[in-house]
Amino acid sequence: MKKEKKGWKDLPSGLVLEAASSCAFETGDWRSEKPIWDPEKCTHCMICWVFCPDSSIIVEEGKVKGIDYKYCKGCGICAEECPPKIKAITMIREEK
Amino acid sequence: MIVARTGNEAMAEAMRRINPDVVAAYPITPATEVVQLFSKFVHDGLVTTEFVPAESEHSAISACVGASSAGARVMTSTASQGLALMHEILFIAAGLRLPIVICLVNRSLSSPINIHCDHSDSLASRDSGWIQIFSENTQEAYDSTIIAVKAAEQAGLPAMVTTDGFIISHGMERLELCNDADVPKFLGERKAKVSLLDVENPVTLGALDLQDYFFEHKRQEINAMDNTLPLIENAQKEFGDMFGRYYPVVDSYKMDDAESAILCMGSTGGTGKVAVDRLRTQGKKVGLVRMRVYRPFPKEILVKTFSKVKVVGVLDRSDTVSTLGGHLYNDLRSVLYDAVSRPHLKNYIYGLGGRDISIEDIEQIFSQLMEIAKSGKIDKDIVYYGVRGE
Repeated sequence: MKKEKKGWKDLPSGLVLEAASSCAFETGDWRSEKPIWDPEKCTHCMICWVFCPDSSIIVEEGKVKGIDYKYCKGCGICAEECPPKIKAITMIREEK
Repeated sequence: MIVARTGNEAMAEAMRRINPDVVAAYPITPATEVVQLFSKFVHDGLVTTEFVPAESEHSAISACVGASSAGARVMTSTASQGLALMHEILFIAAGLRLPIVICLVNRSLSSPINIHCDHSDSLASRDSGWIQIFSENTQEAYDSTIIAVKAAEQAGLPAMVTTDGFIISHGMERLELCNDADVPKFLGERKAKVSLLDVENPVTLGALDLQDYFFEHKRQEINAMDNTLPLIENAQKEFGDMFGRYYPVVDSYKMDDAESAILCMGSTGGTGKVAVDRLRTQGKKVGLVRMRVYRPFPKEILVKTFSKVKVVGVLDRSDTVSTLGGHLYNDLRSVLYDAVSRPHLKNYIYGLGGRDISIEDIEQIFSQLMEIAKSGKIDKDIVYYGVRGE
């Protein structure tokens, strides 16, 4: 169903929005390629976490746990930066 | 208290009494003194303002935007190229609905480079969503600066108050000061709807606004300007009630039975009034209208003011460089299009780059206008008055 958008009289003035509105913007929609993380190969060196421009490497208690596909744009930087001897992340074509 | 002050000193004095939370500025002739004097007030502890000397006007107004977003009452001052460098941020301040006030000293825009008065700087910013109030003299510069703070905050739009560079900014005149304690009483505290420093209630300001919402937000800003004129009138009335000096939005001088009139802005109003007085002693039916508030444009008032006038000479201290003549001329022509009764219009572009306009010049303009009133014929609708080789 199409959501009704508010008219100018009903919107808050001065371009004021709720804080952290970018959280609602799911940039994962943009992806044409998808990173696949292999927990068997991963050494948890955190290089992918450092380089990911969208904070989409999920880390819990110092270990990589996976990829946040809600925001991952599929840029492939994580796969590129993952050390060549490890190759724990590979890019595959996104299937809709 | 009555003192002798220049326009720049008067604006600095007004800022002292306003005691803004933040002033961020960069110096430029002929506006330098405004913040130079104000910085002395800061140094001497006469105000509690956070003073930010920026590295450019672009940075100065950007700092103003930040501070105003935090909920502060914010002012700055500039002229000419300085305002041009602020241009990008002027639209942002208006779009974010931040009531920043600029003390603007009118100076021509380069090129050729020149430091003297014309109105091309503020008029080049007329579509930026700022309230614009022009001053005839030092007293008005002082009073309008205080009035503008109140009107801007009520309108949720920024405002610039102007003086004519050197003519007012460096000319010393009689100035009646407001009592120190009364100005804060008149203004009250700024009540910002949101503050970026309020961590309990975080907000996003200035987010990307695409095809689906940009138009609605722009419409809100336009609506705010549409509603601003009564707010300025109200602030002027309250100022008058408190300090005894009442101001109109449009200053009409001896217009009751006038057949020929001039329309102008800034210090030319004072010169023109003397010319009107001289011609009135000779029994000529002449009058003068001076725009105090240029944005929002007081269209209904002007239509009414000129409804019985035969001819209006529109004096523009600027040109649109577009084949259309001056800014004020274009605005007035536009609002008179639908008027039932409209006068002949003739545009006089004058005084560019600070070229003097004398009482005799305005008398000469009036004699041309009275000729048109008699014949009903205008040979040339746009003329460049006082330029050699015409």
